[in-house]
Amino acid sequence: MTVLAALIRRDIRIAVRVGGGALIGVLFFLTVVVLMPFAVGPDLALLTRLGPAILWLGALLASLLTLDRLFTADHEDGSLDLIVMSRTPLELACATKALAHWIAAGLPLIGATPVLGLLLNLDTRSTAAVALTLLAGTPALTFTGMIGAALAVTLHRGGLLLAVLVLPLSIPVLIFGVAASQAAIAGQSFGAPFSILCAVSLVSFVIGPFAAAACLRHGLD
Amino acid sequence: MTLIDLANPSKFLSLTARVLPWLAAATAIVLAIGLYQSAAAPDDYQQGATVKIMFIHVPNAWLSMLVWGVMSLAALGTLVWRHPLADVAAKAAAPIGAAFTFLALVTGALWGRPMWGTYWEWDARLTSVLILFLMYLGLIALWRAVEDPSRAARAGAVLTLVGAINLPIIKFSVDWWNTLHQPASVMRLGGPTLDRAFLVPLLVMAAAFSLLFVTLLLAAMRNEILRRRLRSLQMMQARAFSSEVDTGSHEGNAPKPKFGAA
Repeated sequence: MTVLAALIRRDIRIAVRVGGGALIGVLFFLTVVVLMPFAVGPDLALLTRLGPAILWLGALLASLLTLDRLFTADHEDGSLDLIVMSRTPLELACATKALAHWIAAGLPLIGATPVLGLLLNLDTRSTAAVALTLLAGTPALTFTGMIGAALAVTLHRGGLLLAVLVLPLSIPVLIFGVAASQAAIAGQSFGAPFSILCAVSLVSFVIGPFAAAACLRHGLD
Repeated sequence: MTLIDLANPSKFLSLTARVLPWLAAATAIVLAIGLYQSAAAPDDYQQGATVKIMFIHVPNAWLSMLVWGVMSLAALGTLVWRHPLADVAAKAAAPIGAAFTFLALVTGALWGRPMWGTYWEWDARLTSVLILFLMYLGLIALWRAVEDPSRAARAGAVLTLVGAINLPIIKFSVDWWNTLHQPASVMRLGGPTLDRAFLVPLLVMAAAFSLLFVTLLLAAMRNEILRRRLRSLQMMQARAFSSEVDTGSHEGNAPKPKFGAA
């Protein structure tokens, strides 16, 4: 347990320091959301209707942008090899790294949601609904994205290939995340899509670490 | 003859060279019978002649999922048993599966236009098949992005197994979500609800498409094995050439520049 706690502390500390890039994600999120009114026009009623979708899309793209950092830096300085060779099960180490990544890069996105909700003319209730669905859904984005990050680091190819591999896997999260927030805003049944969203997250907690660990184990040399 | 005997690529090549003409002939015959029966099948009392799109659309859709299933088995073969032909099969199957999925989407759109009044609807089954198509393309992109085949094989195998989660979602999407696409009418508990006049041509067409898949897969695997042999021959030649140049310049009688490490 102390090993994993140390790993979490180390990853978060690296992420928030200079060159860590955790806050780049929030900045990107902000930029994407600010771009939307320029694209669809400053029509407040339309922005209110599109708001949850815009916030979800921004969060998805922002978490995709930071995924590259999950394994790359550790691979470059050799600490990933130490993690692979250590006595801690690689699956647990992967899950821990993903958790640390989510705390450093995912939680700030949720923190930024209320501010961005103001820009999109969302009321308190809608903003709370979106923030709640993001809280339940962004871990799934990180944990499924981790598979793509592990593939990219073993293949020495990041960037576009990572996006092409990860985006299809994140479509279900997007569908149910937006569906749940729209349902909460429209006053329809919030429980069904939200439970499915939570289920998708739970499934990704199981699949993600095992698949990523399999990638690292077979792929690194 | 077991699976492990096929691990020798030369054996596989000689076996498939004998089997392939027969398979191709069988595919052509069954496809001809299926097309004739589909053309001779009666029109539907509601849908008219457009029901005949079914005989192309449904086998393509089945095959699109079957191919991913075959690729998942091949992925297990790569990761668990390290079977040398498993990654060849997985690599060769991906473009074929993408083609089947694309045809299923296109024929479905053409069928949807007269029946539903729209080419595309964001219904659960259509969306999940579209995701399957995107994953095929991602997998092909992964194969094309990496030069070393064995490294790409293991990465692709993990991705294939993760993507296999989509298969039950596609199969049961029409039961879980009550949307536009009709529920299963052939492979369901309690027997098919389709009339015999439609069922028999459909099954013949499904058999024809499966044979087509096996034929194409074996042919593509042969090509892939030959391509890898060619690649290793080229690399051996390049190595021989570079060492020749190297020793030549050491003796001092060749004015060529030095390549590689001295």
